[in-house]
This record gives sequence, C-alpha cells and structure tokens, in this order.
Amino acid sequence: MTTPHDVTDALAAASAPRQRGLLARGLGRSYGDAAQNSGGLVLDMTAFKRVLNLDTVGAEVRVQAGADLDQLTRFLLPHGLWLPVVPGTRQVTVGGAIAADVHGKNHHVAGSFGSHVLEMDLMTADGQVHTLTPQGVDSELFWATVGGMGMTGVILHATVACSHVETAYVVVDTERARDIDDLLARLTTDDDTYHYSVAWFDALATGRALGRAVITRGRGATLDDLPPELAREPLAFGSRSASLTTPALPLGAVNRWTGRAFNELWYRKAPVERRAEVQAIGTFFQPLDAVGDWNRLYGPRGFCQYQFVVPFEAVETFRRAVEVIAGSGHPSCLNVLKRLGPSNPGMLSFPAPGWTLAVDLPVKPGLDRLFAQLDDLVLSAGGRVYLAKDSRLTAATLSSMYPRLQEFRAVRAKVDPAGIFVSDLARRTQL
Amino acid sequence: MIDALGNPQSLLLLGGTSDIALAIAHAYAGRANGLRVVVAARPGPRRDDAVQDLQRAGCVVRAVDLDARLPSSQTAAVDAAAAEGDIDVAVLAYGVLGDNEQAWHDVETGAELAEVNFVGPVTAGIVLADRIRRQGHGVVVALSSVAAERPRRSNFVYGSTKAGFDAFYTGLGEALREHGGHVLVVRPGFVHSKMTQGLKAAPLATTPDRVAAAVVAAVDARKEQVWVPPAMRLVMSTLRHLPRPVFRRLPL
Repeated sequence: MTTPHDVTDALAAASAPRQRGLLARGLGRSYGDAAQNSGGLVLDMTAFKRVLNLDTVGAEVRVQAGADLDQLTRFLLPHGLWLPVVPGTRQVTVGGAIAADVHGKNHHVAGSFGSHVLEMDLMTADGQVHTLTPQGVDSELFWATVGGMGMTGVILHATVACSHVETAYVVVDTERARDIDDLLARLTTDDDTYHYSVAWFDALATGRALGRAVITRGRGATLDDLPPELAREPLAFGSRSASLTTPALPLGAVNRWTGRAFNELWYRKAPVERRAEVQAIGTFFQPLDAVGDWNRLYGPRGFCQYQFVVPFEAVETFRRAVEVIAGSGHPSCLNVLKRLGPSNPGMLSFPAPGWTLAVDLPVKPGLDRLFAQLDDLVLSAGGRVYLAKDSRLTAATLSSMYPRLQEFRAVRAKVDPAGIFVSDLARRTQL
Repeated sequence: MIDALGNPQSLLLLGGTSDIALAIAHAYAGRANGLRVVVAARPGPRRDDAVQDLQRAGCVVRAVDLDARLPSSQTAAVDAAAAEGDIDVAVLAYGVLGDNEQAWHDVETGAELAEVNFVGPVTAGIVLADRIRRQGHGVVVALSSVAAERPRRSNFVYGSTKAGFDAFYTGLGEALREHGGHVLVVRPGFVHSKMTQGLKAAPLATTPDRVAAAVVAAVDARKEQVWVPPAMRLVMSTLRHLPRPVFRRLPL
C-alpha cells in the first residue's frame, strides 16, 4: 500500500462474500502468526513510510505507519533526537510497534511504545479515519489499538514523542550475578538508577549456578562521556544493517550440547564487573540486527520464543519457572530477563509491573508440554505471555491471562462488527 | 490453525470409525486440549462408539453422516466440518478390502470397490481442496496402501483402486502447495484392524497406533509420503523392480 486510498480498496475487497478478512503487516518480525492471515488479504505497509513532520523543539515526529525504527533512528539522531522506546530489533514499523505495544530496555522507567504515542490516525472497517489520542473522546479505541495486534483497523499515521540525546552512545555497566538470588537482588537494589537495564541469564545451568547471569545497564552518554575520537561526531550512527549472514542449515545448530557450550562461554566472556564502558546504541540495543537470518541457526523446524511476566510478589513462581526451563533439557541461548515498570491502559498490552523472562527454544517433541507447564505457573501467579512472541497459546489460556479481553472484544465488536480485521493469531486464540 | 508446535485445533475424519482414523485422533488428542473432531461415517453403533471414545479422550466431537458412494454426502460432510471453523487436518480413512476373486468375477462387487476406494476419495479430495484453497492452509492425510505400488495377482482389484487413490492425492499435494495446503500420502503394509480381521498377517505387519504415530511425526516434519513400517519402503522398492516372471513366482 502506498496511499490511504489503497486501504479503502482492500477493505472493499475484504468485505466481499466468502473472503477471509484483512490484516495490516509491517516488517513481519513477530515471532508467531500475528502478521499472517491465511487465505485472506494482507496489506504490506512497508512502502508507506514517509516522515511527515518533525518538531525538533517539542521533540515530536509525525510519520506514516510503515516508517521503521531503523529509518527513524538514522533520521532523528542528527537532530539530537531519538525514539523513546526501542525493542531488540530496529526492523519494526511504527504501526507494528503500536499494535504489539513493544517495550525495550527502559521499560522500568519509561514504559512501552504506546505510552509515547501522542496521536494516531486509524482507518476502521467502515473506511472512516479516526484521529485518536490517549485522553481524547476516542481514548477507548486508542487503548484498544495500542497492543491490539492490528484487530481494530489500519494505523495510517502516528505522532510519537521523542527524547533529546547528546550522543549516539550509551555508558554501560556490566556485572555478573552468580545465581538467580544474586541476580534478582542486584536488580532490585539499584535498577531504577539506570535508564536502560537488561540481564542475559544462563538457561541451562542448574543447581547452585541456577540463573547465573550477566547484567548490562546504562544511561545515554553525554558529550563529556565520549573519548575525543568519538566526540568529533557524537551523533554518528555507526551500526550497519546485517553485516554477517547465516547460511541455511539442513539441521539446527542449536542443541543441548552447543547450547550448553554457548551459555558457558557467554557467561565466562563477560567481565565480573566493568563500569562506564561507552557503547554505540546499535551495539547495546540491537546486537542481533548485525547478524542476518540468525533464525536459521535453529534449523528447518525453527524455534518458539516464550516471554512472560509475573508480578514482583510472585518471585517464587519466577524462580520455579527458571528451574523448569533449565531442567527441561530444551536448550535456549538468547535468554533475557528484565524488571518491567507500570503498565499503560492498553487493553491487550503485555508489559505489567514485575519480572519478565524470554527464552528461544528450538521446536522438538515435548516442547508443548514444557510450555503448558510454564503457562500453568504464569497463570497461577497472575502473569501473562506476550502475544507478539506467541505461536501456540489457546483461546482459553489467553483469556485467563488477559482479564481485559472482554472489554477489547466489545470495542472490536463496535468498530468492526463484521470481523473484517483478522489474523492467524486472532483465529487461533479467538481474540 | 495448526500451532507452531504442530498441534491442530480441529480434525475431520472421513471414515471416522476406521481403526487408523481413530488412532490418529487419539494421537492428536493427547497433544491438544479440547481438540475439535468431526466424525464422518455411516450412522450406527460403531459411529456412536467412536464418538464416545473420543469424548472420553477430551475431544469436542460431532458426528455427521457419510456415504462414501454419494458425492453429495462428501460435500455435506466437509461443509459441516467447515461450518465450525477451519479444518486443520482432514484424514481420508475409509475403504474396503473386498474379496479379490469375487471382485474380478462380479461386476457389481468390482465396481463397488472402485467407487468406495477411488471415486469417493476423489470427490472428497475435490471438496477438501476447495476448502483448503480458501483457508490458505490445511493438511490432508490420505491413507493409501503398499498395494498401490505394484499389482499382485492376489489383490489387484483393491490394489488398482488404491493406485488411483495414491496418484490422485500425490498430485493433489502438488496442486495445493501454492495455496498453503499439504497432503501426506500414507502407505501402510498389513495393519491389524477391523478391515483385516480373520486374514493371515503378512510379514512386517503393523498396528493402527504405529500408523498413527508415523502419521503425526510425518505431518510435523511436513513429509509428503510415509511408509509404515519404514522398512516397507525398501521392500516395495525392491518388489517394484523385480522382473515379472520372478515377481509372479513369489508367494505374495
């Protein structure tokens, strides 16, 4: 799609009898079936990507929904501005970032992407364009759209609040935690003094080393933090896209043994403690963007990501979940753990105050049983699983995890009574 | 939808009282909670038993009437299953073995074998293909037989109907590829089941549960053909290449 008129055409085509609905798709980086609509129409939004307006004083940027975070990072930095929230990849459109209400390493202090959207234009199933704001008359539709996985309509434009930055660098402190208790204690003590925080943990270590981790936390670098050679061009964005590529492997490279070796190596290679290291933002925020097609490492059957959050009180459940994963024999290498801050009013928005954990597991027999066991733990603690990463939740589990689902369905029934907007995720889980 | 771990949400069993079809449903029921199953078969006590059996396994079951010799009945069965949501996996399991001597001597018996084993499945395949094209996804498990691979004196009428069946579903798999559909052609050897009751078991005989396990694994791996037991593939490959004077002397 290149103009809003294309959306009107697609809506007309999708409304014909025997059709299977319409779905807007960004860069397709959701881990599951959120951006797929089998048998139906999918609108490729990625050509609709112009920056419409930039207010450098007020730090606001207005863009077409297909604009992506890589493009915006490169566009904003020379103006001393940056996106308020960046996830683990820059290959995300603004529309996708709103639909999944993505979060980043600053969630504990800054919230998720939807919290920084000042205004958006949404075309609903009747072809009407609604200008939505977080507090305006249509705020209900706004907060159904934030985290709504594309089910309320097609986001056309959005205005996003940016942050001022002096440099394109982050000052990073790295430290090792010897086990899960040490990890949680360190994160509880002083996490809020850092603007960015994340921990990688060893998902295969058991016993006394259970949950040993490498914590990396930082803040935006000021001009004074930079060594002279970087200070000459403080806002230069060095990161290139995908400089390494992965060949298509007939069998997955990730198994119990390589997984164990990787986890051991990753833990050992991290310094026990290192303070105030200056890193480029691309390196700090999106290390995987430097490796093209890294997903191929998991072989032809691929992998599933599982990310959940449980409230801070449920720390025992959290510990139990780490134990279950580490003891399962399913190897995970990209294991992320983080403290999340307050949620926003998004009805299906994922982030909630508490501990979140994400693991990538290669698909093999028995993985469904491990996930079912984790679902039970997460549910018992009043937690939830992230929809943008899900590819196997059932309708029943999802509705227990998202208590505001009924409210969301009511909004959807109002703006899209015929159910034109649909995805495979929505079909599978009866959103 | 079939989820990322290969678990379907719905099954359609055409020939739902067949031992193999039920074993496949049980294999999936063990993996997916609240699996929706449509049992299409002739009404009667055998179908009632099948429904109760699957309900006990935690499935949400619905029975619909199916007469393999009536094309309209195939359409009605597929439509009934589709009315409740997408058909994730359809299993084509009905068929008759018949008596070979009677079948090649008597027009009616031979024609019935051809209708039930070939004409009916072709009709069902066309209706299923239409549904799968519209869904953009869907798996068909077609139960062929090793008898389809080379006609034998002792069961060539059955073998010929299965050869047609096998060719049709192999081709349908190619046709549905671009539409997101997938067809698995299953070639079991001798299976201990209601269909073979009273017959002397052949070498490498297998059971419905083993066929089901092989089917589920093959669907997970998106295979297009599977032999049960796997050794049957090599055996049949050898038999297919034997010169006819030798083949005819074998005690098969």
